[in-house]
Amino acid sequence: MKLPIYLDNHSTTPCDPRVLETMLPYFTEKFGNAASRNHSFGWEAEEAVEVARKQIAHLIHADAKELIFTSGATESDNLALQGVVEMYREKGNHIITGSTEHRAVIDTAKYLEKKGIKVTFLPVDKAGMVSPDDVRNAITDQTILISIMMANNEIGTINPVAAIGKVAKEKGVLFHCDATQGVGKIPVNVQEMGIDLMSFTAHKIYGPKGVGALYVRRKAPRVRLEAMMYGGGHERGMRSGTLPVPLIVGFGKACELCEQEMSTESVRMAKMRDRLQEGIMNRMDEVYLNGHPTERLPNNLNISFAYVEGEALLMGVKEIALSSGSACTSATLEPSYVLRALGVGSDLAHSSIRFGLGRFNTDEEVEYTIDRMIKAVTHLREMSPLYEMAKEGVDLKSVQWAAH
Amino acid sequence: MAYSEKVIDHYNNPRNVGSFQKDADDVGTGVVGAPECGDVMKLQIKVENDTIVDAKFKTFGCGSAIASSSLATEWLKGKTLEDAQKIKNTDIVHELNLPPVKIHCSVLAEDAIKAALGDYQKKAGEKKLKPEAATTSS
Repeated sequence: MKLPIYLDNHSTTPCDPRVLETMLPYFTEKFGNAASRNHSFGWEAEEAVEVARKQIAHLIHADAKELIFTSGATESDNLALQGVVEMYREKGNHIITGSTEHRAVIDTAKYLEKKGIKVTFLPVDKAGMVSPDDVRNAITDQTILISIMMANNEIGTINPVAAIGKVAKEKGVLFHCDATQGVGKIPVNVQEMGIDLMSFTAHKIYGPKGVGALYVRRKAPRVRLEAMMYGGGHERGMRSGTLPVPLIVGFGKACELCEQEMSTESVRMAKMRDRLQEGIMNRMDEVYLNGHPTERLPNNLNISFAYVEGEALLMGVKEIALSSGSACTSATLEPSYVLRALGVGSDLAHSSIRFGLGRFNTDEEVEYTIDRMIKAVTHLREMSPLYEMAKEGVDLKSVQWAAH
Repeated sequence: MAYSEKVIDHYNNPRNVGSFQKDADDVGTGVVGAPECGDVMKLQIKVENDTIVDAKFKTFGCGSAIASSSLATEWLKGKTLEDAQKIKNTDIVHELNLPPVKIHCSVLAEDAIKAALGDYQKKAGEKKLKPEAATTSS
């Protein structure tokens, strides 16, 4: 077994060697601009892009013409929200989204709020799920867009997307879904799920960084967008800019591999994840699962180790790449807003660790991780005043702490 | 973020982890911070003849918070109460090479020292008020 171990696959994934191999010729001999219509270099590049478009579309049950290439899911989210709002502003000035969405959606929504758009941030239940009834109740005659994620990047909770899509359809409101963590991991069908716009990206599914897509429905309804990027009129005028052909080729291949391997890979992933969860939770007290017990991405595990601070814990297992909801690990110095939205206390949010399994993890790595986590938590609990107090029977909630 | 070697050393081999009897006359205890903020430090000193003869800590917090309190116990041992008052958070920042985002850990350690000293002095003061205690201490 090789160290360090990578268990941060929600953050990014390594490029699959098969993906990289497919991409390489498009950096050198097949370097043409897909928009060059007058020579073989351009035709070759255009053909490669169209093959990739089909591979990607096939994975999500869309038509190849319905994909707009972007630089990644952040850009796709921005384009979906800003593009729809600008295009449909005369129809209404209200959008609905969730409180556990990715920052790319939340911050874009807040930007739109500053521009005079009304935004409803729906709460989630204890498991992190958005209720389709809440979506329905939030819709007004001014609502032009619903944006709810498919699966959460921290806790892996999978939203009832098809039910939300149905509500959107009934009410005639456009439905955007940030499916960055869902695509490639769980079956996605934009038809059955009633999705009108969908963001996703290559680097979360063993493709290259720097390329993503926005699915934009062409029929029933035909969704229109105001572009954010102007220029050569690429991608049906919705996103100008020369297509990064090698990245798109890799994105296509990555989607093809996900489609071929998803049924076996998701089973293997869930088995490793369940083993990780049992291995840790059966051997330690006061360890809490964050997120939904079953409606969860097969590769996700998020747990809080009470009385231990997340960043300190990561430091204790530094040969394992993980992430934490602790304030100390975030740029904002605030504990995870996702966990807070679930009603997890700040103390347990500071103690949370996210494990993200991936295609290249092994059972041996999982066993190693279990042992290391237990050792590190035990080490830290021995020096935790909170653990000591809890063991003495002090109710930590009743203590008057001096917040600082 | 990369940690300094000294922080890593204190994290891996924390000095003086543990607890003294909180209600003992010769012990001063300081508990600062809050679980919601992600750090709580408990620092204790044992005093004989106005000199700190032993110190212990327990900390819930990041590696820098653990290192700051571990270092504080090292520095406190052997110091008189008066000299202990002079330990500044900036000394801790300097010794551990803490980056700006971790300065609050050193502030918390200084607060813990002050709180432990204050607790001991309060106890000693109360003791002096009692006549029998006054005679033994004079």
